[in-house]
Amino acid sequence: MSGEPRTVRGTPLELADLKKGKVFTTAYVPKIQYAWDTGVAIGRYLEELKNGRLIARRCQRCQRTMVPPRMFCERCFRSTDEWVYVQDTGTVNTFSLCYVSWDVRRLKTPEIPAVIEIDGASPGMGIMHVLGKVNPKQVRVGMRVRAVWKPPPQRTGSITDILYFAPIKGKTTKVGTAKKPR
Amino acid sequence: MSMRRVAVVGAGMTKFMRRALETPKELAWLAAKGALDSAGMTLDQIQGVVHGTAPDAFDGLHMKGEYLSEGSGGWKKPYLRCYVGGGTGVYAIAQGWFQVASGLFDTALVVCEEKMSTCLPHPQAAFLTIFDNITEQPLKPNLLWIFALEQNRYMARHGIRVEEIARVSVKNKRNALGHPSAQLGAELTVKDVLASEIMAWPVHRLMVSPTSDGAAAVVLAAEDVAKRVTDKPVWIQGVGWCLDTTYWTNRDLYYPEYVEKAAWMAYHMAGIREPRQEINIAEPYDPFAYKELHHLEGLQLAPKGKAPQLLADGVFDRDGDLPSSPSGGLLGVGNPIAAAGTMKVCELFWQLRGEAGPRQVPGKPRRGVAQAWGDLMQVGTVVVMGTAQL
Amino acid sequence: MKTPKNTETRTWPGAIPLESLYTAGLGGQVFFKALKERGEIVGTRCASCKQVYVPARVFCERCFAELSEQVTVRPQGTLVSFTFSNFNRDAQPLARPQALALVRLDEASTVLLHYLLKVTDPTQVSIGAQVKMVIKPKAKRTGSILDIEGFVLA
Repeated sequence: MSGEPRTVRGTPLELADLKKGKVFTTAYVPKIQYAWDTGVAIGRYLEELKNGRLIARRCQRCQRTMVPPRMFCERCFRSTDEWVYVQDTGTVNTFSLCYVSWDVRRLKTPEIPAVIEIDGASPGMGIMHVLGKVNPKQVRVGMRVRAVWKPPPQRTGSITDILYFAPIKGKTTKVGTAKKPR
Repeated sequence: MSMRRVAVVGAGMTKFMRRALETPKELAWLAAKGALDSAGMTLDQIQGVVHGTAPDAFDGLHMKGEYLSEGSGGWKKPYLRCYVGGGTGVYAIAQGWFQVASGLFDTALVVCEEKMSTCLPHPQAAFLTIFDNITEQPLKPNLLWIFALEQNRYMARHGIRVEEIARVSVKNKRNALGHPSAQLGAELTVKDVLASEIMAWPVHRLMVSPTSDGAAAVVLAAEDVAKRVTDKPVWIQGVGWCLDTTYWTNRDLYYPEYVEKAAWMAYHMAGIREPRQEINIAEPYDPFAYKELHHLEGLQLAPKGKAPQLLADGVFDRDGDLPSSPSGGLLGVGNPIAAAGTMKVCELFWQLRGEAGPRQVPGKPRRGVAQAWGDLMQVGTVVVMGTAQL
Repeated sequence: MKTPKNTETRTWPGAIPLESLYTAGLGGQVFFKALKERGEIVGTRCASCKQVYVPARVFCERCFAELSEQVTVRPQGTLVSFTFSNFNRDAQPLARPQALALVRLDEASTVLLHYLLKVTDPTQVSIGAQVKMVIKPKAKRTGSILDIEGFVLA
């Protein structure tokens, strides 16, 4: 039995090796674009964002009010029952100060992604968005926040119709006090 | 259970590298050939082949499973590609296990591969597509966001300090110094880790595993074959996996319940009731430093919120009571996504046979658990391996 | 609050903004170096499986052996199949049909896909025809499969 191989194979390259043409390469730039159907639940969600409102779906069996909305309840595995408007305020469940963009550029001013538990939805039901109009050093888990909307003529029916969530002055909830949804 | 006993009888892997000359197919072949050679077996003795690889976008090859088939030894054989994101490397072991445990095949070759360097401008961009295409992608998220959000939630719930998390990087990168495949072994201090660039607070650069090219493979065999080809089979005692909802903003990220469920599935199969007493080595998935602690808790190897203290106490050191990531983990060895999980299974194989060289855990470990994690922070995959034939 | 009726669903535009840069690998280095520098077609032979793989590969898919025996094959072979495509890959009609060939080079076990040149109509071609490879002049070769211009009927 030879046991763990003592010689491990593999040929490391530097990025410069590719750029200088030290090894043969082939480049491929796919030109593929998609048109994703929004479906019923997210179609309505986007439409309501255009109206400056957040909407959820409720399942009567498990009593959960779910945002983002969905036409079936993944726990009860049945259709959800009704549309329910929820608030555009909420509580920061968690956040980060991110100094790197999606395409790995460095950022001087951090983006502040957060999960925000939405008021009026079941406890623990959050959405991902970003925080704004806040000193990054002062962001806390439990901070109370409110959506800042684009002016109505600029809205397109997109999650970015909310520019960001901004703090509601002086309000913080204790970490982990929100009850878990059933 | 009326399943047959299944053993790991061989393991192999390539170097893990930021950028490899080899094609994905060649990487798969190097690892698979290494695993067969270590078992003293040839390809014609293999009946079924399981391949695991993460999104096609990394290697930039649509039908990547098919592309990789002959490098994985799948030529004119029953061949299967499986995929659960980062959880794939351990899930693939379960897939191979089914094929042998069920009696369908006597042998199976399991090969996992990833070549992330192909992807430009940076492999990061491929991760953009894991977020919800309509409600999240327009916010231009990146992968760091979800890890940082989860780490912050974990820290906030338990009052954990970032220094406590940094210790994982120190331990794993040091362990990796003894691994011949390692990409990022290093001798560092907590201070070094905290002095590294903040990428997404609370995540520093040295708390993030690298992007990598590489492959890893194991050979599985039914009892009679296993005993014929080796006098040191390592038995698969239990497998488990579980997926939580993709509505990740609807659950509390401080604790991975799906890892707990996957672990108990595997532990029940292995007859384990007290994981902390009955497991000698852990290889939890550590793409980011906090994930190792998060997963040790999910694996029931530390009480909730207490893994950082056990780490500080030295429990998870290579010579501690419960060595964790003696391989060096993803932080030290590297993270070619699917291959990284299989690397952890290879490590248990070598450790439990006493063949891990400078990385060998003292005290003749008899049982270990390897775990991987992934998709949209939602899947746990677990395998329990041991020297005892249950 | 009264909820209005659901409005229409719609589509959301998206893209996956990635590019790929593939290395030729261990086998590809051998093949493309020979093609670029010498204008030669190099394969590798597996002695036990009696296979000659073209382009060169580093391992035999049948027995998993490492292949180190290189074979330079003649740039001529037999047409295994062909087609004329009237559409481009975006499904748009082409002004002139594109002819494609599957060719088994005389000393190879494998089949190569490339363009079929200087033909305009399927009636000019038949399976089993002898074909010759057209290779670009050295100055224009870059180490790509396009260093081969295609095949012409012999």
